Amino acid sequence: MSITKNIALATGLFAGLMGTTALAQDNTRIALVAKSLGNGFFEAAARGAEEAAEEIGNVEIIYTGPTSTTAEGQIEVINSLIAQQVDAIAVSTNDPDALVPALERAMQRGITVISWDSGVAPEGRQMHLAPSSDELIGKTIIKLAADHMPDGGQVAVLSATSTSTNQNAWIAEMESVMDQYPDIEVVANVYGDDLADKSYRETQGLLQSYPDLDAIIAPTSVGIVAAAQAVQDAGKVGEVNVTGLGLPSEMAGAIESGASESFAIWNPVDLGYAAATIAYNLATGEATAEPGAEIDMGRMGTVTLDENTTAAMSEPFTYDASNIDEFKEVF
Amino acid sequence: MTGFLKSREAILLGALIALILVVEMRFSGFAAPGNLADVFNDTSILIILALGQTLVILTRCIDLSQASNLALTGMVTAMLNASMPGLPVVVLLAIAMGLGLVMGAFNGILVWKLEIPPIVVTLGTLTIYRGIIFVVSGGEWVNSHEMSAAYKAFPRAEFLSLPVMSWICLAVIAAFAIGVNRTALGRAFYAAGGNPGAAVYTGIDVGKTRFWAFVIAGGLAGLCGYLWVSRYAVAYTDVAGGFELDIVAACVVGGIAIMGGSGTVLGAVLGALFLGTIKNALPVAGISPFWQMAISGAAIIIAVAFNTRRETGRVILKSAEAKA
Repeated sequence: MSITKNIALATGLFAGLMGTTALAQDNTRIALVAKSLGNGFFEAAARGAEEAAEEIGNVEIIYTGPTSTTAEGQIEVINSLIAQQVDAIAVSTNDPDALVPALERAMQRGITVISWDSGVAPEGRQMHLAPSSDELIGKTIIKLAADHMPDGGQVAVLSATSTSTNQNAWIAEMESVMDQYPDIEVVANVYGDDLADKSYRETQGLLQSYPDLDAIIAPTSVGIVAAAQAVQDAGKVGEVNVTGLGLPSEMAGAIESGASESFAIWNPVDLGYAAATIAYNLATGEATAEPGAEIDMGRMGTVTLDENTTAAMSEPFTYDASNIDEFKEVF
Repeated sequence: MTGFLKSREAILLGALIALILVVEMRFSGFAAPGNLADVFNDTSILIILALGQTLVILTRCIDLSQASNLALTGMVTAMLNASMPGLPVVVLLAIAMGLGLVMGAFNGILVWKLEIPPIVVTLGTLTIYRGIIFVVSGGEWVNSHEMSAAYKAFPRAEFLSLPVMSWICLAVIAAFAIGVNRTALGRAFYAAGGNPGAAVYTGIDVGKTRFWAFVIAGGLAGLCGYLWVSRYAVAYTDVAGGFELDIVAACVVGGIAIMGGSGTVLGAVLGALFLGTIKNALPVAGISPFWQMAISGAAIIIAVAFNTRRETGRVILKSAEAKA
């Protein structure tokens, strides 16, 4: 290689570097902070954020996070992001309070701060994007069952413990929309206590007590897996559909065996996409985070902030045989 | 025969039959042979664990680490199966039992050589073994689609119209019935707990006897680890959380004296079946879930009350008493 070529190459490289720096200055830099790196859920959220960046154009996504799920690790990451003068930070926190001082400092420096998935206390962020809401989850779980019961029929609910706040709120929301499904009867509410063996036994009990049962709704990840296994062992695949909330990696076997037609949980790709889009809109001043504000989330529609500047993205995403293989490796 | 009718086992058997009939009145079909076989199969794990616990309690000790031992061996077999699906189930069974034996031996050594009270040792290992599950699994689940078909099929496979799990349980019961009543070690368990001082004078090493009780209990817990994970087709850190109390309850209901030295294999089996029947009956009996825990607790206390009321001192020489 000749000297001239070397010089040419070096100049080219230098020009290239200058170019990217100049470009980076124009870009809106959004940091997506995960609870920890190496977790499939957050990797998928980062993919969603990249998708949003491509769609918007001049956005650079910095996907980062600590190596283990600690608040200290996240504070370190946030301090370094402040030093890098990013335009926005979107964080899924490991501790709602511990991150507040670091995030307040970021906001003082003019950085847009939002939390998503797992929220930060209100003083440490401009808004929080929750994956879903009690109301949307309640509506979704009964719809999942109803979609596979064209002629109506009997459903039973297998919950976690009788005192678990989340599950009770979801079931109450579900019951409040039951008048939309006149042909469907909720015959029983049983509790598996989030133990595999008790949930399995309760499912066996349901199958015996209600021979005409068409669906079991289990809004808990332990319960739905145990119920699907019990239905499979009882030879009732095709008669009783197990649905509810579960993780794709845990439910892949149940979808494969047919014990579950479909189930739901938030989609991390959508969540990352929505968080990045909202962060962009806030950072560029296209929206402001205040109670009652409506913020655009691109293909995910819009969200409205409540009095705590919290918003719910959408109803949980439905997983079935068509997409389970794609997501079972993710989370 | 009249001796048996007066025994606590007979009373427990009567209570068990009465329980089944009461449930049958509320939910017809419960007492059908097929359903009872299902109940037995579902209770198999509890029976096996209760038998292991029986030996430990007989020697005046207690093993609270069985459920954690079960959960850890279950997780290890599930992870081995997920990473090496070709590994035969027999090998996994051997690994499960071996690992369980090691954990039981660890308990046993601490009780034998360091003479730490068994409740302290096993409360410690309860947490240690449970903690190791986090370490080996990183908190991740092993899910049914990651397990091989053979792994899940083994306890479910039917042989002479009973699942293999029930057969394993029957084999363990038979081994215990012979081993506890007809071997020197079996009788040593009674002696070591009944009167440790006298046992020493008859040439029984009480510490060593306790060690073997923990080893056997551990090995059986390991065996159950595989059975449990395979049955419910999922392994996670909280598998069988709190189950140690069910095991002890089964022994107590079965009339195994918590002070050691007294109790039978049949009693432990019936005690476990009594609890297993309640567990299986509550979901179908149409009782409010808010009442279920209180009811199963009350049933345990009533069963124990019946059992202890009859305790009138330990008869050592039955024949002498009969003559007198």
